[in-house]
Amino acid sequence: MSAGGEYRGLGAQFAHNLGGNRLAMAGLVVVLILLVVALAAPLFCPHDPNAIDVEAILLPPSPSHPFGTDELGRDVFSRMVMGSRVSLEVGLVSAGVATVIGVILGALAGFYGGWVESAIMRFTDMMLCFPTFFLILAVIALLEPSIINIMAVIGLTSWMGVARLVRAEFLSLKQREYVVAARSLGAGDLRIIFRHILPNAMAPVLVAATLGVAGAILTESGLSFLGLGVQPPAASWGNILNQGKANIEIAWWLSLFPGLAILVTVLGYNLLGEGIRDALDPRLH
Amino acid sequence: MIKTWAVVILCLAVLALAAPALAVDDGGSLVIGRIGDATSMIPMITTDSASHEMSGLVYNGLLKYDKNINLVGDLAESWQVSPDGLCITFKIRKGVRWQDGKPYTAADALFNWRFMVDTKTPTAYSGDYMKVTKAEAPDEHTFVVHYKEPFAPALASWTLAQMPRHLLEGKDVRASKLNRHPMGTGPYKFLRWDPGARVMLAYNPDYFRGRPHISQVTYRVIPDMATMFLELKAGGLDLMDLSALQYRRQTNTPFFKKNFVKYTYLASGYTYLGYNLADPRFADRRIRQALTYAINKKEIIKGVLLGLGQVCTGPMKPGTYWYNPNVKRYPYDPAKAKELFAQAGWRDTDGDGVLDKDGRPFEFTILTNQGNSYRANTGVIIQHRLAQVGVRVKLRTVEWAAFIKEFINKGRFEAILLGWSLTPDPDQFDIWHSSKAKPGQLNVNGYKNPEVDRLLEAQRRAFDRAQRKALLDRFQEIIAEDQPYTFLYVAQALPIVAARIRGIAPAPAGISYNFTDWWVPKALQKPAMTR
Amino acid sequence: MLTYLAKRLAMMVPLLIGITFISFLIMHLAPGSPTDLATDLNPKMSEIAKERLTKLYGLDKPLPVQYWNWLKRLAVLDFGRSFAPDGQPVLNKIADRLPITVTINLLSLALVLVIAVPIGIYSATHRGSLFDQGTTVFVFVGFATPTFWLALLCMILFGVILGWLPISGIKSLNHDQLSAWGQLADYARHLTLPVILSAFTSLAGMSRYMRGNMLEVIQQDYITTARAKGLSERLVIYSHALRNALMPVITILGLSVPALIGGSVIFESIFAIPGMGKLFYDSVMARDYPVVMGGLVIGAVLTLVGNLLADLGYALADPRVRSS
Repeated sequence: MSAGGEYRGLGAQFAHNLGGNRLAMAGLVVVLILLVVALAAPLFCPHDPNAIDVEAILLPPSPSHPFGTDELGRDVFSRMVMGSRVSLEVGLVSAGVATVIGVILGALAGFYGGWVESAIMRFTDMMLCFPTFFLILAVIALLEPSIINIMAVIGLTSWMGVARLVRAEFLSLKQREYVVAARSLGAGDLRIIFRHILPNAMAPVLVAATLGVAGAILTESGLSFLGLGVQPPAASWGNILNQGKANIEIAWWLSLFPGLAILVTVLGYNLLGEGIRDALDPRLH
Repeated sequence: MIKTWAVVILCLAVLALAAPALAVDDGGSLVIGRIGDATSMIPMITTDSASHEMSGLVYNGLLKYDKNINLVGDLAESWQVSPDGLCITFKIRKGVRWQDGKPYTAADALFNWRFMVDTKTPTAYSGDYMKVTKAEAPDEHTFVVHYKEPFAPALASWTLAQMPRHLLEGKDVRASKLNRHPMGTGPYKFLRWDPGARVMLAYNPDYFRGRPHISQVTYRVIPDMATMFLELKAGGLDLMDLSALQYRRQTNTPFFKKNFVKYTYLASGYTYLGYNLADPRFADRRIRQALTYAINKKEIIKGVLLGLGQVCTGPMKPGTYWYNPNVKRYPYDPAKAKELFAQAGWRDTDGDGVLDKDGRPFEFTILTNQGNSYRANTGVIIQHRLAQVGVRVKLRTVEWAAFIKEFINKGRFEAILLGWSLTPDPDQFDIWHSSKAKPGQLNVNGYKNPEVDRLLEAQRRAFDRAQRKALLDRFQEIIAEDQPYTFLYVAQALPIVAARIRGIAPAPAGISYNFTDWWVPKALQKPAMTR
Repeated sequence: MLTYLAKRLAMMVPLLIGITFISFLIMHLAPGSPTDLATDLNPKMSEIAKERLTKLYGLDKPLPVQYWNWLKRLAVLDFGRSFAPDGQPVLNKIADRLPITVTINLLSLALVLVIAVPIGIYSATHRGSLFDQGTTVFVFVGFATPTFWLALLCMILFGVILGWLPISGIKSLNHDQLSAWGQLADYARHLTLPVILSAFTSLAGMSRYMRGNMLEVIQQDYITTARAKGLSERLVIYSHALRNALMPVITILGLSVPALIGGSVIFESIFAIPGMGKLFYDSVMARDYPVVMGGLVIGAVLTLVGNLLADLGYALADPRVRSS
């Protein structure tokens, strides 16, 4: 019940809570802007992002090149616009993969209990023991740094948190009356999991997924920084930063703008994620 | 009488004026920055340049290269090749001692040969030494090696770093202390190695050529070019190799002009685009020539090397005795390229901007190894230019070991963008002879030309320089015609040295050949570290 | 207490085996073998030499045999020899570098605690104030900053422009000639930037977490009771609330060990620090299998140790845990 006495459904209540959170709204705006830019990228490019110009190598920002040029004379602003696609793709797909794996494993563990739960939780514990970056580094360096490999590897190494969350939710939810009722009506296991319990468990998963996108973007940029991320001539914020590192004294624009872009994007997703968490928390409203 | 005195005084005056110029101070220290750390101080069991360089000041070979890249004696004061070319006799210099005081003798030379051909020695360089059928040390100062047939590159192989027999004989080389703390006959003694951080050397007062002037040498390992450059500016380094951008754009301030001196000379290596000759498209010489015409090499040198390099016309280093400048050239000419493509049957029949033939578009993938930004950028420029003549190129970088095993060795590539480093000896047998066109060998693109085979075999047996050069000149002509590679560029080496270091004399061999002659004026010497 | 410890240790064993298995599996995902780097595309190579190297390193045996052999030797702490030509025992190589990484991480954790806890407490007790809002912003920005970017910016500012701090290595060239105090100061100056930057993201998270915990605890019944009893606010906060809020923080500290170790790869590369992260990265690039597997296993073991210590801390503080 809201303060004004009206009755709102859960969805509307959620939207109301979120809407009142200014920081979360700011985050949402950032996320939406990024989405638009990424989807309509070519429209936002003042120059061809792949056009080489050896006479214009490493020029500082100017009216024709608002973010300057890179080592091969290409326009940095256009490359960053194209790079937003990569960041978004890697972020969403990695987080998606991690979420899907985590949900499946967590659901199975929470629902079935017994040795299934033990095995899955042991495995989760094992994976959590490894310094994640070591793992990712080892796998990416051993395979090749293609976008697909990166998305797969980040996804395969960040599902553990989601799995634990989902398991915890399932443990509590499977005692509820509607589950008992469904079972007594003869519903099969899978049906119960996916139609009855899971939808109610999604709230914390949504939060984790949103925060996961941010984490994936940071990880991808870290990998590109080490030269193991998206490879040239494809543009990504991380690999522009890599050029920035190499030219740190003479081309500050290569370091500043992609770093800022990453910061703002990750901040946006984090604010949104935290906002969703707060909006779903009954204690705060 | 007065005249005599006047002459004497004049001479003394001249001497006095000249003296400071002749006087060289001993002492001082030098810090060199390097990207990679050594992996071991026994160079022959490694393949990385850092290991060879950092242990290099501790050792001598029987021979060495002088400033004009000619072989001269080092530990051997002279040598003789028998008339039939099957036997080389080295006369070992007398009075040379190991840094622990024991004498260096021919027995050491013999041991070092045995070491290189021993199956238990994990070295990649045994090939040249296995050609020796018999080696002997008839007395303490004579070392003789026998070959089955004349082998001109043999002399170059005897620049082999000489290790102490009394410390290594009969021992497991991998467990030897010499890996971490080498000892040789060389101008510098090894002090310590902090792995991943630094290598410290101090002068050998008993070096057989007289002590080197600079007392202390330190190699600092800094894995990042940007960081290394910051260290240089902060005074933590005295010598490093600059990147093209650093050379051109970051070292022209008054601060740099006052405190550092930049050098540049042609490096010993070239970068190329190699074609897999088993691919029917690349088997046609016209296609290869067309691709070479379509690539603007000068643009690559300008864009990637910022002008600090030369167009490469073949497999030899320009400016050396062996280089043949009179070979076919391929200036940038996209029209000519298109003409040649058309002759070979490739035209853009469907107007999509890409050449095609029998319904298939002309596209291929260029593979290169990770971690080399010059090559990555070169690849992008090549992609761009080839697109303008209707050839679609995809770029792919692969990690080095996988690159070699999965793609190079199995011949699973269409084109590769790589470089060769060149040893001073001009023997190109391993790369171009048809017998080496097998998986795992160095003739990676499968080049087979009977005339080239003959020339390569003959030059291996030719100890006479002029004769060898004639053979190699013809070899270079044929290669330029055939274009099995598109030869791209030879880069310049760009070392920068602190201004207080004197005695540096750039020559065809670079600047480090006379390292032991470098010195620091007393007044400018930084305190050397004591143990 | 001892039984608790024993039980926890016993639970670690299957984890350890699983860790070794996963490590081994990962290494053999890849194409390419160690000898490739040593021999190929080197104009001085010969085929015989390459075969010799393969035999020398035992790479021609089938995979399960290689795994079993490796496992057997692990049990006696023999991590084998590095494939690099220096052939050093893996354990030595890691042991050489480990102290530095551990030192930096411990200092980092200490810094996090020292800064984050007070910030968290103050934010919780002054909820909604300017300080609270300010630190919230700081926390979020901190989370979102790519730390390697920040590292570069700091290097330029403090290292080059201001010249206050050195920017690479862990000691100066004249380190050995300094007095004992001088040497300590030298280390301190070199480690300042790496430690601070390493702590940066954890700082954000930890202060947030601390705040959250304190807020929860403050609302608990026993706090209300303590206040009702008339105890001073100071006593309430620092004696009662803090103890309870601190415990999850200790767990989190233990859990952040893997993140710190993983993050050391980037830091050590940027600051040229000869630590485990750099060793791991170099070994991966060179396909130095034994060192990589050793690094993965030891990294995971360190994490387990961190968790164990956190659990112990928990058990010490909370008697209920000990008896369960």
